[in-house]
Amino acid sequence: MNSTNYQHCQHAHCESGVTSNLLKYAGMDISEPLAFGIGAGIFFGHLPFVKVSGTPGTTFRTWPGTIFKQVTKTLGVKVHTQSFKSVDKAMQALDDVLATGKPVGMLSSVYYLPYLPDAFRFHFNSHNLIAYGKQNGEYLISDPVMEEVSTIKPEDLIKARFAKGFPEPKGFMYYVNEVPPTVDFEYAIKKGIKKTCFMILSPPIPWFGNNAIFLLAKKVKDYPKKLTPRKAALYLGNIIRMQEEIGTGGAGFRFLYAAFLQEAADILQKQELREFAEELTQIGDNWRNFAYSAARLMKDRKSDLVSFDELSDMLYNIGTEEKQFFERLKQVKW
Amino acid sequence: MKVNEVPQDGNNFKGSDKVKKLVYAVDKDGKYTGVNTKGWEAESFATQQAWAAVEEDLKETEQQVKEGVLSPIAYFMQKCLMDLPLLAKHVGKWQWQVKRHMKPLVFNGLPAKTLQKYADAFEVSVEELKSFGK
Repeated sequence: MNSTNYQHCQHAHCESGVTSNLLKYAGMDISEPLAFGIGAGIFFGHLPFVKVSGTPGTTFRTWPGTIFKQVTKTLGVKVHTQSFKSVDKAMQALDDVLATGKPVGMLSSVYYLPYLPDAFRFHFNSHNLIAYGKQNGEYLISDPVMEEVSTIKPEDLIKARFAKGFPEPKGFMYYVNEVPPTVDFEYAIKKGIKKTCFMILSPPIPWFGNNAIFLLAKKVKDYPKKLTPRKAALYLGNIIRMQEEIGTGGAGFRFLYAAFLQEAADILQKQELREFAEELTQIGDNWRNFAYSAARLMKDRKSDLVSFDELSDMLYNIGTEEKQFFERLKQVKW
Repeated sequence: MKVNEVPQDGNNFKGSDKVKKLVYAVDKDGKYTGVNTKGWEAESFATQQAWAAVEEDLKETEQQVKEGVLSPIAYFMQKCLMDLPLLAKHVGKWQWQVKRHMKPLVFNGLPAKTLQKYADAFEVSVEELKSFGK
C-alpha cells in the first residue's frame, strides 16, 4: 500500500518542505518559499536561560508546527491532525491512512532516524517527515531535507515518533483531507507578511523577535569576560549551527524568506517586494559573514583577527538592518 | 548569496556527505533558486566542534567510571547525548533519583527491573551496562 504517484521533492527546511509536498500531492501547487512565507516562518529568538545540551537556545524560525497550521488555515485547506498516547494506536492510525493512499506528515526526533548522517543526529524532537507507503514491513519515507526517499523500520519510526524530552512529538501526525477548488494566494501572502512583521516587531520582551538580536549582540560581547574560552567557542558554534546546519536554506532562513518575497512580487505584481527581497538577501549575506567570522574566531581562540567585540557589532548592525527592514515591510500599502 | 558563491566544502564528517542540503541562492538574473551544497567550512567547523566537546566530556566521564567515582549510567547517558532531565523521562524516575543512581554504591544495589529500564533507554544489554568500566 502506498501513494504510488507521490512525488518526493527536496527542500531546505523540514516543515515548509513537508507542507509543500503534502499540498502538492493533494493538488495545490505551492513552492517551499511560498509555504514558508505564508506560514510566517521567519523569526528570531534567543533564550539565554534555556539550555539546549548546555548552550543557550537560539532560533531563526517560529515555533514548530505553526507553519503547517498557518498555511492550511489561511488557504482554507481541510486537514486532520492528531496526537497519541498509545504507540499501537498511533501506528495503527498511520497504517490506516496510508492504506487509503494518502501521504502522512509526522513529527519525529532526528536522533532515531538511521537514514540521516550521524553528524546531525542530536536529540532534536521537532523534525517533520512524510510517510507515503509501506513495503516489505518498512515505511517509505520522504524526508524533505534528503535528496532521495528513504525507508525506515517500524521499531525505529516508533522511537522517533515517541521520543522523550522537550517538546515530545507524542506520535503527532497530520494529513490533508481536502484542498479548496480555488485558492486566494494574494490574501494568504498579505496575511503571512503582516503576521511576520507583527511577530518580529511587537514583542515587548528581549527574548523574542528583533529585540533578541540585540540581546544576543550584548551577550556575545560578554562571552570572553563571563565564560571559559571553551564554553565561549561552544556558544558561538551553537549559533552557527542553528543558522546554517539545521536545514535553514542558508543564513538562518533569511534567503528562504527573500525567495518568498520574490515569488510574492510575481504573484501580486508588486515590484516593491522584489526590492525587499534584494535587501533581505544583503542582510542574509551579513548573517553569513557573521558565521564565517565567528568560525574563524573559534578556530584560533587567541586570534586577534576578529574579536568578540567585532562579532557583537556585526550582530548589532544586522539587528538594526532587520528592524528597519521589517518596519518598512509593515508599512507596505496593499 | 549568488549561485556561484554557494560553498561546496564536503568533508564527510560522520557521514555528512550522505546529504547534499538545499540552500537558496540568487542566479545571474537575480532570481532565487535552490542549489545543492556539500557543506560549508564555517558550518562544519561548528558541527565538528560540538561533537569534539561531546567526545571530550565522554572520555572524562569514562575515566571517572573506571576510577569508581561515577556509575556507568553517567557514561551511557552522555554517550546517548542525553542530559539528566531527558534520561529521567526515559526511565520514569525523578532527576534526583537518576543522580543518585550515578553513585557506584547505589548503582551496584539497583534491582534488575531498574537496570533493565536504563539498558533499554541506552539501547544496550544489562550486562554491557553493568560491566562497563570494570
